[in-house]
Amino acid sequence: MNDLTPLRRVGIGARHDPEPVQNLSRRGFLGVATGALLLGVGLPIEAAAQTRAEGPAAVAPKPGTRVAAFLEIRPDSSVRLLSPFVEGGQGINTGLAQTIGEELDLDPARFAVECAPPGPDYAVVNGLRMTGGSFSTRSSFEAMRRLGATAREMLLRAAAARLAVKQDSLTTEDGRVIHAASGRTLGYGELAEAALALQPRDDVSLKDPKDFRWIGRPVARLDRRDKATGRTTYTIDIRLEDMLHAAVQHAPHLGAEPQAIANEAEVRVMAGVHSVHRLPGAVAVVADSWWRARKGAEALQVAWTEPVPDGIATVSKTFSSSAMLAALKGANEPGIPAEREGDPAAAFAGAARVIEAEYDAPYLAHAQLEPPSAVARFTPDGSLDLWLPNQMPELFQDIAAKTAGLAPEQVRIHSPMLGGFFGRHFYYGPANPFPQAILLARATGRPVRVLWSREEEFGMDAVRPLSFARFKAALGADGMPVALQTTAVGEGPIGRWFGALFKSPVDSSVVEGLDKKPYAIPNRRLDYVKVAHPVTIAFWRSVGHSMNDYFYESFLDEIAAAGGHDPFDLRVALLKDSPRHRTLLRAVADLAGGWRRGPFAAEDGTRRACGVSMASPFGSETATIAEVSLKDGEARVHDLWIAIDPGSVVNPAIVKRQVESAAALGLSSTLLEQVVYENGQRQAKNFDTYPILDRERMPRVHVTIVESGAPMGGIGEPGLPGVPPAVVNAVAALTGQRVRSLPLAKTHLSGV
Amino acid sequence: MVSLTINGHQHQVDAEPDTPLLFVLRDALGLTGTKYGCGIGQCGACTVLLDGQATRSCQVPVESIGAQGVTTIEAIEADPVGARVVAAWVGIEVPQCGYCQSGQVMAATGLLKETPKPSEDEIAAAMTNLCRCGTYNAIAVAVRQAAA
Repeated sequence: MNDLTPLRRVGIGARHDPEPVQNLSRRGFLGVATGALLLGVGLPIEAAAQTRAEGPAAVAPKPGTRVAAFLEIRPDSSVRLLSPFVEGGQGINTGLAQTIGEELDLDPARFAVECAPPGPDYAVVNGLRMTGGSFSTRSSFEAMRRLGATAREMLLRAAAARLAVKQDSLTTEDGRVIHAASGRTLGYGELAEAALALQPRDDVSLKDPKDFRWIGRPVARLDRRDKATGRTTYTIDIRLEDMLHAAVQHAPHLGAEPQAIANEAEVRVMAGVHSVHRLPGAVAVVADSWWRARKGAEALQVAWTEPVPDGIATVSKTFSSSAMLAALKGANEPGIPAEREGDPAAAFAGAARVIEAEYDAPYLAHAQLEPPSAVARFTPDGSLDLWLPNQMPELFQDIAAKTAGLAPEQVRIHSPMLGGFFGRHFYYGPANPFPQAILLARATGRPVRVLWSREEEFGMDAVRPLSFARFKAALGADGMPVALQTTAVGEGPIGRWFGALFKSPVDSSVVEGLDKKPYAIPNRRLDYVKVAHPVTIAFWRSVGHSMNDYFYESFLDEIAAAGGHDPFDLRVALLKDSPRHRTLLRAVADLAGGWRRGPFAAEDGTRRACGVSMASPFGSETATIAEVSLKDGEARVHDLWIAIDPGSVVNPAIVKRQVESAAALGLSSTLLEQVVYENGQRQAKNFDTYPILDRERMPRVHVTIVESGAPMGGIGEPGLPGVPPAVVNAVAALTGQRVRSLPLAKTHLSGV
Repeated sequence: MVSLTINGHQHQVDAEPDTPLLFVLRDALGLTGTKYGCGIGQCGACTVLLDGQATRSCQVPVESIGAQGVTTIEAIEADPVGARVVAAWVGIEVPQCGYCQSGQVMAATGLLKETPKPSEDEIAAAMTNLCRCGTYNAIAVAVRQAAA
């Protein structure tokens, strides 16, 4: 999910549910009244941001430029920033405060940041608004610097008028305008109203990076205290006056619908129960507390429509993840070309040796710790307030409006802090609770909060697709690879949910991590074979890279072994044309105290080995080394060393923590995680049967940042993809067992 | 009606006796700092102190509490150990998404109230709450700092 260029070319057309983004940007580009451009600080900025008027007279601001849509400078010179992005732990609120504060000349600590309501001003990701694809900082960095600089210039201009002095005789210092000659100063708060009424200039100059005071520094996270004291409000914490709580029971098979409810009358009279409802694919109980609603929902005895008997076209009565994998493996039709280089056929014909392997990785749950919920409230004028976890406010506004039978501008979207997301909170049809909240609020005439129990969430979460790839490599007489043929089979979330925007027949979210590798293998062929999943599939932290870098970098170690090369040395040799990657590989080896594959005896007496991998996710580059031992047939990962080159960084402390966080999720998926279907149903319903990485399995994580000065890359996801292959390559070095199917928990490992 | 002592205050709550304390805190009393994560005692996001002991409140029926005092994250800084734990959490900048961190802070406070100078094994045994953002290493540093 790196290249969003096609989003610039969004057309206008009817929307189909499976491709919800098609019609989004038309409103995004056209949907604001000219009057709103003149808005000053005295008016509530939400009102301005949510004002729309479509028609010939409507003029859209260039996203990210209208100061008043983003900044409210308060009398005490603190700033309320309405962010285009939603915070869910990645640190974007702090990064934005640093970036804007740098040019505005205001300490980032004086920013309060919240997610902005829908509005065209916030479409700063290539003309679209989303929090994902590790896009936030890199897509908005220049615009947000310019926004801060533009606001500062307006403050200076207002101060010059106020003090009747020339503007160039003024300077600023952390929230104050200073006239050095007379010793007079004015706080930003005193100037805000006059300044924000001025016409912004579009030619302000930006600071020389060598003068940066906040950008590039480990500024403390703005949200640290509230989160350490339970004061942060997530969607699950929203409470409204007169609000009812709803719990749901979903159909056991995706696509089934409720028929008769045998005990509806009994449940209606349970303590606190308000009402019982049928919803698409679910039944709901509404009550005066969630616990009472849940007890009611779980007690409902529902007859559901029957799923089809078998097959993988739908979630059938006998659908299973193993049958799905067999279908992926059995798809032998010619693929759609995704990458072509050189003459692979000739290279294979003349090869000294050919090796082949097949790899797969399972469906994965997001398992973010905040179960999903939504709160819907209709107001007397018929408009709707909706609080919900989301990574795309405008898209959710559109779909909510359609669900409620309203115009989009009648829906106010509130986007609280996310209790983890990892890709969970895009629009995934039946995997989102907000339509249920809307329907129940409509039906009851009261505000309704729908919360899915953890069990319902494990049943309905949209999953990282089960994935499969086939590799074939030709080796020359020197053991070096001369050709590589790869086939990726399956379906990805880009094709499923953004297919209307991305017309390419190749789904980038299926092949990313298999393509655009830096290695000098002269003859290459990568094909994509589409096999659709019947289940709800999702973006999951690092998307296609989450499995494909495991596939590719593991097979590269197989090539090294077949050719008699050390896997680290082979990578160095194959990176002969890429100094950036060679530098990164050296950096990770230095961080680890040198490369040694092993096996070797560690100081504590355990036998250990190391694995190495590289990845190019989301505009950044990573090199990873893992050190592993065995205990009771399981891999124990002691250390992960990760070198990341994102070009340049805003906050090195947040970057390191994000890399560590992504690495933890990558390790969790390597060791433990799989969503298994049997008989059309997911087997795991909670953390007891879907274990995730716990503290005991957490390795030391060492991160070094290499700022090469290349264009800025992403941060939230890139730490993940290198971890699975580094760990699995270490396991191979340690045991001789090449594990081609994750998670490792399926395989009993033994020392050689 | 069930009678409870929460953060030093008496409350009368209309709830069935088997209602987990977690949902009484969150829905009846509006103390939403305590989080629902799994409901089966696996994740620890709902950790509170019961008479000073870290306890997963999703597994505590309100009828079982009796005279025991409940302390939630909302009052944790009123406890000197809790205040030290919070200061360490803030100083180390432990939280990412933050959702599990109320429970982590409560678990750490419970540990240090009982064992002011815990060994690494004692820390490992007490700090078992899940964190999907993988802040475990920062948590370990913060616990050691709060114990120092």
